[in-house]
Amino acid sequence: MEGFTPFSAALGGLLIGAGAVLLLLGNGRVMGVGGIVDALLKGDGTRWRIGFMVGMLVPGVVAAIVLGMPFGQPGLSVPLLIVAGLLVGFGSRMGNGCTSGHGICGLARFSKRSLVATMVFFTATAATVFVMRHVLAGGAL
Amino acid sequence: MRSLICSLAAGVLFGSGLIVAGMTSPAKVLAFFDFAGAWDPSLAVVMAVGLLTAMVGYRLALKRVAPCWAPAYVLPERNDIDRRLVVGSAIFGLGWGLVGYCPSPALVAGSAGASDAVIFSGAMITGMLVWRLVERTQAMRLARA
Repeated sequence: MEGFTPFSAALGGLLIGAGAVLLLLGNGRVMGVGGIVDALLKGDGTRWRIGFMVGMLVPGVVAAIVLGMPFGQPGLSVPLLIVAGLLVGFGSRMGNGCTSGHGICGLARFSKRSLVATMVFFTATAATVFVMRHVLAGGAL
Repeated sequence: MRSLICSLAAGVLFGSGLIVAGMTSPAKVLAFFDFAGAWDPSLAVVMAVGLLTAMVGYRLALKRVAPCWAPAYVLPERNDIDRRLVVGSAIFGLGWGLVGYCPSPALVAGSAGASDAVIFSGAMITGMLVWRLVERTQAMRLARA
């Protein structure tokens, strides 16, 4: 239980949930970020999608520039980043959703598909971490 | 205009939430999934509070006939479990576990200047485009058959 931060985790969760609720209440849309990125890549410049994406990126830019907050993790290998990115992008589109779309919005609507998807990707993620840290790297990673 | 401001505000809430929650830190995310190591349960709190907030808020929002600044609610309607959903989610989880970035935190960290997140996001967008190619090829094959 090293580094457990329940208060910031709860506040962060509250903000994430509030964002999802506001997007549904105001725009009638589900907050699936993979799907929003995919639509923007298709050249679908619907205004709510652009607005959401800009809004989502602003806090990080402000935190980095104004507060000098550090982002990212030094020392990750570039090939690993590329393989992981390809899998995340491909898998999230193939499975029609990522952590926000299935894990928050889908489960909040009691969607059977999202429940299955969330269970599958949480299990796959935990299994990958186990193999990477305790099988391949001998716990050194 | 009001709908644009609303989606912008929703984005700001979500983006801030990811940072406050620690989701933009790959090490923090992986520490949650490392059940056999020094387990950090923070992400469970993020998910639980986020989900509870969304459940209550969705229930209240959907009592309205229509959203405030859009003509109608647009909700996913499918309810079937197909192979594509399961395999895609498994591939997604594999990638998430390798580094600890999922799509939104990677984009947030990348635009905040983290070079690792920029590389990851570039690959992620490429992966999305690759899936689209696969989908298109499948559709063409189906059309020909």
